[in-house]
Amino acid sequence: MSPERSPNMGVEAVQAALAAAVPGCTVEIIANPSPAAQHSLLIDAEHAVAIAEFLRDDAALRLDYCSNVTGVDWPAKEGGGFLEVVYHLYSMEKKHGPLVLRLRTQDRSAPAHLPSLTPVWRSAELQEREIFDLFGIHFDGHPDLRRLLMWEGFVGHPMRRDYVEPDDYEYEPTAHDAVLQKAQQHQRGVGQ
Amino acid sequence: MRGILAVDAQLKTELQRQGIFATTLQELYNWGRKNSLWPLNFGLACCAIEMIASTMARYDLARFGAEVFRPSPRQADLMIVAGTVTKKMAPQVVRLYNQMPEPKYVIAMGACAISGGPFKQGYNVLKGMDRFIPVDVYIPGCPPRPEALIDALMTLQKKIDAQTLTGENQPRCVDASAPSEFLVPRFGAHDLEPPQNPTVWHPPLVQITTAQPAATVPPTHSTAGAHES
Repeated sequence: MSPERSPNMGVEAVQAALAAAVPGCTVEIIANPSPAAQHSLLIDAEHAVAIAEFLRDDAALRLDYCSNVTGVDWPAKEGGGFLEVVYHLYSMEKKHGPLVLRLRTQDRSAPAHLPSLTPVWRSAELQEREIFDLFGIHFDGHPDLRRLLMWEGFVGHPMRRDYVEPDDYEYEPTAHDAVLQKAQQHQRGVGQ
Repeated sequence: MRGILAVDAQLKTELQRQGIFATTLQELYNWGRKNSLWPLNFGLACCAIEMIASTMARYDLARFGAEVFRPSPRQADLMIVAGTVTKKMAPQVVRLYNQMPEPKYVIAMGACAISGGPFKQGYNVLKGMDRFIPVDVYIPGCPPRPEALIDALMTLQKKIDAQTLTGENQPRCVDASAPSEFLVPRFGAHDLEPPQNPTVWHPPLVQITTAQPAATVPPTHSTAGAHES
């Protein structure tokens, strides 16, 4: 392990280090074809906590700060698809980053399960709660997994692509485009 | 014309010059109320920053008797709904309003409090505070400047000044038949239950008419919202 290894030198080095440090893990590079070329690492859920602990504690990497956690919904056209969680990691100590980690669920069932990385990075706590709330991903090992933005008893996960919002288009004075269609649909529904 | 004053306005002025002050109970009552509007210390979003600015030295809301922001609804006369009211927050706002003693007034500050604003078509924002509590003054803007809030306060003062102790235009607290408490919505599976208080708000009659079939009309010309109520 060379001490100058950092995510800024390429994700390949991190991938090689992970393969050596966490036996049995599968780490795949997801290339970013844009000029930013910010490639990310897709890690398997089974070894996610071990990988996260290595990234945080390794003397060369020391990725001690998780700045952002976000969810992505990837529905497939013919049903199926998966949900994804993206972690952005930085090192305050080594002043490098970001390293982008991705975790994917098996399918889009509710609740889909993934391991929580809050025990590794405390800053992920509220963001994982938000993803649980809006995407319906159940984080196993999260200390306090409750809805964050919506209320207890709310049905559905609004950031999923197939979420159907409540029909409250009874008054749209300046409706156009999609809103106009929904308002007209509402009026037809009321008229019947 | 306000107040039932036995002496006419000219005579009243003449009497004041001679050191005699003639007034009515109604005038005193309104004068006292309009010049001591204590707002509830309660901000929801970015509009609250403008509300704070209007109370500070540069805009100085204290000139209008509204400087004492109360931390408790029990001591407040005026609720400034300053910001986005999410559906999760809406029951608490109605509950705070119910806890305020009469006479009480509401200013809906900014696009969000009026109609939901830029979040109107979202799943989690209430489409206007007037769906649950009666609003006296609306201020458009995103966010409105402090001058706009001061203007709203002065509008409210004029409204209070025009209220009479008896008859049609009396404040709600004097009217025994007016409701003193408003429905606090409950959380439903997808929306608030009910989504609006039907005794306070009902959708204005808007006919969405299109001159031609909607598919051939450019979207900017396809709406003609005609208010019929």
